[in-house]
Amino acid sequence: MENYIVEMLNITKEFPGIIANDNITLNLKKGEVHALLGENGAGKSTLMSVLFGLYQAEKGEIRKNGEVVKINNPNDANTLGIGMVHQHFKLVEIFTALENIILGVEPNKMGFIQKSEAREKVVELSEKYGLSINPDALIEDISVGMQQRVEILKMLYRENEILIFDEPTAVLTPQEIKELLKIMRGFAEEGKSILFITHKLNEIMDVADRCTVLRKGKYIGTVNVKDTNKEELSKMMVGRDISFSVDKKPMKEGEVVLSVRNVTVPSKLHKNNAVKNVSFDVKAGEIVCLAGIDGNGQTEFVSALTGLEKMSEGSIVLCGKDITKSSIRERSVAGMSHIPEDRHKHGLVLEYSLEENLVLQRYWEPAFQNKGFIKFDEVRKYAEGLIKRFDVRSGQGPVTVVRSMSGGNQQKAIIAREIDKKHEILVAVQPTRGLDVGAIEYIHKQLVERRDAGKGVLLVSLELDEVMNVSDRILVMYEGEIVGELDPKTTTVQELGLYMSGAKRNTVKETNHAG
Amino acid sequence: MQDNNKSPQKKGFDLKAITKTKGFSAFTAALLAIVLGLIFGFIVMIFANPDRAMAGFRYVIFGGLGRFGDVLYFATPIMMTGLAVGFAFKMGLFNIGASGQYTMGMFFAMYVGFMWDLPTGLHWVVAIFAGMIGGMLWGFIPGIFKAALNVNEVITSIMFNYIGMYFVDMWVQSNATMYIASKSCTNYLPSSVQIPSLGIAGSNVNFGIIFAIITAIILFIVLQKTTFGYELKATGYNKYASDYAGMKGKRNIVVTMMIAGGLAGLGGAFAILAPSAIAGSSMTYEPINIIAANGFNGIAVALLGSSNPLGIIFSATFISHIQRGGTLANLVGFKPEIIDVVIAVIIYFSAFAMIMNSTLAKFIKTRFGKKGTVLPNANSETKEAK
Repeated sequence: MENYIVEMLNITKEFPGIIANDNITLNLKKGEVHALLGENGAGKSTLMSVLFGLYQAEKGEIRKNGEVVKINNPNDANTLGIGMVHQHFKLVEIFTALENIILGVEPNKMGFIQKSEAREKVVELSEKYGLSINPDALIEDISVGMQQRVEILKMLYRENEILIFDEPTAVLTPQEIKELLKIMRGFAEEGKSILFITHKLNEIMDVADRCTVLRKGKYIGTVNVKDTNKEELSKMMVGRDISFSVDKKPMKEGEVVLSVRNVTVPSKLHKNNAVKNVSFDVKAGEIVCLAGIDGNGQTEFVSALTGLEKMSEGSIVLCGKDITKSSIRERSVAGMSHIPEDRHKHGLVLEYSLEENLVLQRYWEPAFQNKGFIKFDEVRKYAEGLIKRFDVRSGQGPVTVVRSMSGGNQQKAIIAREIDKKHEILVAVQPTRGLDVGAIEYIHKQLVERRDAGKGVLLVSLELDEVMNVSDRILVMYEGEIVGELDPKTTTVQELGLYMSGAKRNTVKETNHAG
Repeated sequence: MQDNNKSPQKKGFDLKAITKTKGFSAFTAALLAIVLGLIFGFIVMIFANPDRAMAGFRYVIFGGLGRFGDVLYFATPIMMTGLAVGFAFKMGLFNIGASGQYTMGMFFAMYVGFMWDLPTGLHWVVAIFAGMIGGMLWGFIPGIFKAALNVNEVITSIMFNYIGMYFVDMWVQSNATMYIASKSCTNYLPSSVQIPSLGIAGSNVNFGIIFAIITAIILFIVLQKTTFGYELKATGYNKYASDYAGMKGKRNIVVTMMIAGGLAGLGGAFAILAPSAIAGSSMTYEPINIIAANGFNGIAVALLGSSNPLGIIFSATFISHIQRGGTLANLVGFKPEIIDVVIAVIIYFSAFAMIMNSTLAKFIKTRFGKKGTVLPNANSETKEAK
């Protein structure tokens, strides 16, 4: 009998219509980094929410140091020494880092906060663990990396000994990731126990001692990381073999389809420009990747490119036609397809059925309407064709309400719609965000297929693996500028990371193609 | 899409498929709200007057049946204002200004009635259209403010309720043809401008109700079958997605508000142009600085009808029905305000009846359904990711 600090035994948690956790057992040893691996919707976050007291399980029990405990809310979890860094940080933007750290456990005398006392403790902790922060900076002014360190300090300040990290690396640069993994390792060596939710296999191999795999709400197994490899883990996670490399034929470069010149976009958040003087070309038959850390102007650039927002300077030419001032519809007709960054906000009308969403860009075409009346028979036929061709899975076929579909299939629906629409350039913004490896593989294949079909592809991505594997050319964006143009065949992830963090830059070759 | 939810393979009458549709669940939710509201109303009546509660309640429930003509007559204006609120709501706009649009429509119709001399048979038709235009104007203004300057339509339309009402009262009082100062209400409209009666004895019910129902059906078709309806609902569900799809959101806001205003304006026209049972008289308007209640009743009608035009036909009729019943409950000593309490409770319940409905369905399924069966939409969740 081993000594476990936390045991989650036979946990079952149901939501209306779905069993999110089906009889799952997870044991956490003292002083280990325990990875929790699974696809999206596998039940990782639910399980952690049960441990953190956000949900109550229907069946099963939680033990701490062998004793059965009841965790009804996050306060109970905190009392038991369980802390969590959420995927989306739970910080008060207009408070300082220090205020956020002590929030809820403020040291006080007769109701007056004793800030200096708290500050001493925070500074001490931050020095001890190498978590550098500025305690007096407002959260809204500091980088995502520092916000995460604030979250971690919050747990340390509360003297938590069980630390849950929910996909902590999604927002970090490679250098920051390395740093974070080192810190996590340090915690473990000191005797703290870490639960690390992720679907990045490299990180598990790097840092974890053991790994528990979930699939579709079920427990698949727990393995010692040193006895396994990436392939085996991914097979456990998905249930089949996954290829990590993207098969690509050599590039057949064609004419320039998209030509962006000196585009400048004002920021909504501050007085500076979010996008500064960006120029590049995309040719037919190539995948150009716009890489960068989140929040370096990619979103604003794409908004300007697709017509969602106005730009203050510059011009955009699509297939020889100046679309700088065109409406969204005109750009779409001119040959621009757009897989949006936020599929729920922009890409879909969640309350609409699948077939209605599949014609979202085309309902006005004569093929689908006659004198303002939608030809629902045609829509149905068209939708059925797309569903079959792109293997979009849903409960009730074309009439399924899109909200009830899984994220991967929602994204497939968007891709089907945007690819089937007549286009010369496909703008794909983080098309694999939040999806599992199976769906990612599928989407990468589709992007490469577009490229081979002689279309231009502009991929905006934060995922380094994606950037390196899929693209033919990489443009790195940092603080609204393109700071480097790299060839994925000759560059390394480390070098890319240096460009992304602004540590390195080269001047982009002046492109002399006739725009 | 009401009928699209049927699975494509099954043809013909399929009870199971019908009960699964959105429309059906909205209907049962409304029904549940009504039952709960009535029970609550009954309890209030028992507290108010235990001896006569049963008799009063009987009037509330069945009283309207004997006066069906009146029920339809009073349903007409609130059906129109209900459509005005519901239609805008489909686009995500809260048109709280139905009252002002209604008053404006009424004034425009009255103006044509008093000031224009047109042949019988044409006069009332022109007056109705004038009412529509008046309402459209009062819907257009908040619409253009929202589209061009992003001013919240709730604020502008509330203000325009007052502006419209004061304008109309001012215009009426300063027009000697329209206004009789000694009676402090408007003159009788000429009979040529009154909408033909349906000829049900003892009631003012007229062709207005027929027009209202036809309007509702047209709106239903517009919403379900046309590209405009598709755009409008898409914008209402997700403004960002409609922008992304290149829909002209701003134009649609203005058009929707104009249509909504026109509907409320028609309601005002139908109300003022209704024929009077007493020969030689007509409906009148009192310019006494009060905002038209029919505009606000439209909100209740739209909510109870889930903003569905067909649902609004029934919710308007129902609300009118229990209002008649409430008036009759007066006979056994209950104040008619009791009905306002009941309506308020019904609306209150209908807001979360949808949730109760699904909880109830889940309860029944888990109790009586086979173990391990999951709801249909769960299949898609579990089937994915192969």
